Amino acid sequence: MRKSETNFLISFPTTSAAMAMESACRRAGIPGRLIPVPGFIRAGCGMCWISPEDKEEALKALISSEGLETESMQTVTL
Amino acid sequence: MIYLDNASTTMKKPPEVIEAVVQAMSHIGNASRGTHDEALKASRAVFDTRRKLAKFFHCTRSDHVVFTANSTQALNTAISGLFKPGDHVITTELEHNSVLRPLYRLEDAGIITLSILPADKKGRINTEALDVLFQENTRAVVLTHASNLTGNVVDLEKIGEIAHRHQALLVVDASQTAGTIPIDMEAMQIDVLCFTGHKGLMGPQGTGGLCVREGVAIRPYSVGGTGVQSYLREQPDEMPTKLEAGTLNAHGIAGLSAALDFIEKTGLDAIHKYESGLMRRFYEGVSAIEGVTVYGDFETDLRCAIVSINIRDFDSALVSDALSQDYDIATRPGAHCAPLMHKALGTGTQGAVRFSFSYFNTVDEVDAAIEAVRELASDG
Repeated sequence: MRKSETNFLISFPTTSAAMAMESACRRAGIPGRLIPVPGFIRAGCGMCWISPEDKEEALKALISSEGLETESMQTVTL
Repeated sequence: MIYLDNASTTMKKPPEVIEAVVQAMSHIGNASRGTHDEALKASRAVFDTRRKLAKFFHCTRSDHVVFTANSTQALNTAISGLFKPGDHVITTELEHNSVLRPLYRLEDAGIITLSILPADKKGRINTEALDVLFQENTRAVVLTHASNLTGNVVDLEKIGEIAHRHQALLVVDASQTAGTIPIDMEAMQIDVLCFTGHKGLMGPQGTGGLCVREGVAIRPYSVGGTGVQSYLREQPDEMPTKLEAGTLNAHGIAGLSAALDFIEKTGLDAIHKYESGLMRRFYEGVSAIEGVTVYGDFETDLRCAIVSINIRDFDSALVSDALSQDYDIATRPGAHCAPLMHKALGTGTQGAVRFSFSYFNTVDEVDAAIEAVRELASDG
C-alpha cells in the first residue's frame, strides 16, 4: 500500500454532486481528486473528494458559495 | 436519397456528434461506477451534458435533469410516478401514444380519471376550453408541445399559467420541439419536461430524459443499481439518482453533448428559421396542387417543420411507398402513433403522408419532393 497521508474528505449523496464538486474545485484551483468511498466512511460504493488537509477552509467556503450538495466531511488519514 | 422523415428521427447528424460517440466508445468507462480515469471520463461526460441541458431548457437545477433512453421512457417515468389514486389528469387529442398509453393504463387500473381536450379540424386546441376541464382533484395537465402529425405548436406559456392557477402540474412532451423551438421551463411554468435526443436535438438514438422542476417529487419507475448507497434497500431519494437505475448510455450522451454544442454554435433561432423556410416552401408548393389536402394550421410561423398531406383518397401507405420506391424520398405514412389526432382530422382510415424537414435538408430536396407529389397527384 502507499504511504499514508492526511486529507480532508467530502462524501456525497449522488455521483452528480461529486462531479459538481470536482468541477467547482477545478475552477477554483483547489487541488484534489475523486476516489472510491472508503468503507469506514460508508460501506458500499460511490465516490468522494479528497484534498490536502490544509484546504479544509477553502473547500468549506467553496461549498457554501456554490451551494454544493454534500453528505459528510472529515479529516482522514488514508 | 432524400430524407424527409426527420420527425421520426434526424438521420443526418452533425459530424461532431458521430465523432463524439466514436471517441466515447473508444475511451470511456461506466459513469458513476468507480473513480478510475475511464469511469470518471464517463461521469464527466454525463455531468457536463446535464449542465448543458439544464441551461438549454432553463431548468434551474442540473441535478434535476434525468437521463432516459427516449421520450417514451421519460413520459412513463413521469406519468407512473406523479399520480395517486383519485387524481384527475387532463390531456389533449394532439397526443402521441407515448402520452396516451401510460395515461390509459392508469385510467384502466382505476387510479386516475382522464379528460381529453378536443382538437378542431385544423388540429388546434382551444386553451379557453381547457379551463373548464379542471376539477378539484386535477393533479396535472400532460400534453405535447407540438403535434407530431400536424406540426402545430401549443401555447405553453398560456397553458402553464392556467394549470398553475388550478394548482395543477404541467407535464410536457417536447419530442417534436426540443432542439428546434425554444423551450423555457421557467417562463412556460413547466414542471416536468420530457425530451428525446435523436430528433431535433440531432443526437444519437437511445438518448433522452426529463427535466424536473425543484420540489416536484416523482416516484421511480425503474429501481436498481446506482453506483451509490448500495446497502440501501430502496432506491436512493436524491436526484438525479432517484430516477436513474442501471448503466446510463454515456456513449450516446457524449454524442448528445456534441449535438448541443452544434445547436449553440449554429443558433436555435437560425435552425428554426431555416427549417421553417423549407417547410413553408413545401407547404406552398403542395397546397397549389389539385387533389392535395394539407393538414394543420399554417397561419403561424411558430410551428414545427412538418407538413402532412393526402393525395385525393389514395392510401397514405401506398403514396409513401411510391415516394420511396420511385423517387427515393423517405416519408412516414399511416397513423404516426397519434390515433386521436387522426380521428380529429378525419384521417383515421387513410392516414396521412408526413414530410418533415431538418437543418440538413436543402431547397433542391424540397423542390424535388413537390414535383414528386405533383406527379403522383396527376396519376389516375
